[in-house]
Amino acid sequence: MLLEKVEEISGENLYACYQCGRCTAGCPMTGEMDLMPNQVILAILRNDERVLNAKTPWVCAQCYQCGVRCPKNVDIAKIMEALREIKLRSNVNYIDLKKINRSYPQIAIVATMRKFTG
Amino acid sequence: MEVAYYPGCTLKTHAKEFEKAAMEAYKAIGIELKELDKWYCCGTVYSLAKDNIMYKVASIRNILNAQKEGFDYLVVLCSMCYNTLKQAQEFIKDESNLARIKAFMDEEEYKGIEVLHGLELLKDKMEEIKKTVKKPLGKKYAAYYGCTLLRPKSIAIDSYEKPAIMENLIEALGGIAVEWPLKNECCGSYNIITNREAVVERVYHIIENARRNGAEAIVTSCPLCYFNLKECQKDVKKHYPGFEEMPLYYYTELMNEAFDGKFDKGENNKES
Repeated sequence: MLLEKVEEISGENLYACYQCGRCTAGCPMTGEMDLMPNQVILAILRNDERVLNAKTPWVCAQCYQCGVRCPKNVDIAKIMEALREIKLRSNVNYIDLKKINRSYPQIAIVATMRKFTG
Repeated sequence: MEVAYYPGCTLKTHAKEFEKAAMEAYKAIGIELKELDKWYCCGTVYSLAKDNIMYKVASIRNILNAQKEGFDYLVVLCSMCYNTLKQAQEFIKDESNLARIKAFMDEEEYKGIEVLHGLELLKDKMEEIKKTVKKPLGKKYAAYYGCTLLRPKSIAIDSYEKPAIMENLIEALGGIAVEWPLKNECCGSYNIITNREAVVERVYHIIENARRNGAEAIVTSCPLCYFNLKECQKDVKKHYPGFEEMPLYYYTELMNEAFDGKFDKGENNKES
């Protein structure tokens, strides 16, 4: 089941979430997201596998704002990582590394490799 | 005082001016940054998957190697490297974690070397910094911390919602630090590669917010924040006619400027 997988990889207790929405309020990337961070948690709790095809985890920049502002100490960044990992571990890369423009700083390129390829 | 210094890949390429300025600025206040004899890429972003050990190996190896070179502190200037190395250090403080990772490497025990960000070294040096200033800055600056110096909470170099180190530094250098709400907000980070437009939008909001709060320039310690803010201003101009570019500085460049060093600001900042 999706929920168990996410809990196993993230180490987070999703049932701690009470849907206050502070993660979403603080997230700088919501403008690019199809599901808001709190909705992602709800979808996982419902074992709704459609969340695996959402754009949201791939837009998350691991800035940890959601987690530090969560009154229930849920580290949402870890949940986003778990969703990316589930996808990447099924041997699907999110981007084609060959197409990366190498003029970007190394920190951006290495981060992209780590977050978007398995 | 001599401290071990971990540069990371970007300070040797895209952000050379940051390193060059740091060497001079820290020297001026009596701190010698001694580059490690041996270092590797830290991995840039810390893996948040509980079972992903492999992505942590490079950072941990860097920490243990610095310890082997005989240092108690490992100073990092790049914010992203700091975040990754510091989280790795937190990870191996737990012995069971270190035991797990040792199956993959031969390095010795963890004896407690502390990863520090360059700004942390300045915390108790403000009086010395004030005395070293020859040309007070005068202008108004927005200190831009971004994410990786302050979050997660366990590795924050200062209060994660209301940090003050960089503001104190700006004031010590004779500048005025403006108060603004986006100082700890993410610039979009590595999305610059996969989703450039989103970063352009972030950059617009961050710079405009700094400006509306009175800033004439932005100061940072993160080479990726610097790159994104610098690079995307051209794109912002296309979307928002009338947008005026804002100069960017690494905090070490500001130190040098106030210390009246002979440091050349580098190509990126030739009076924009």
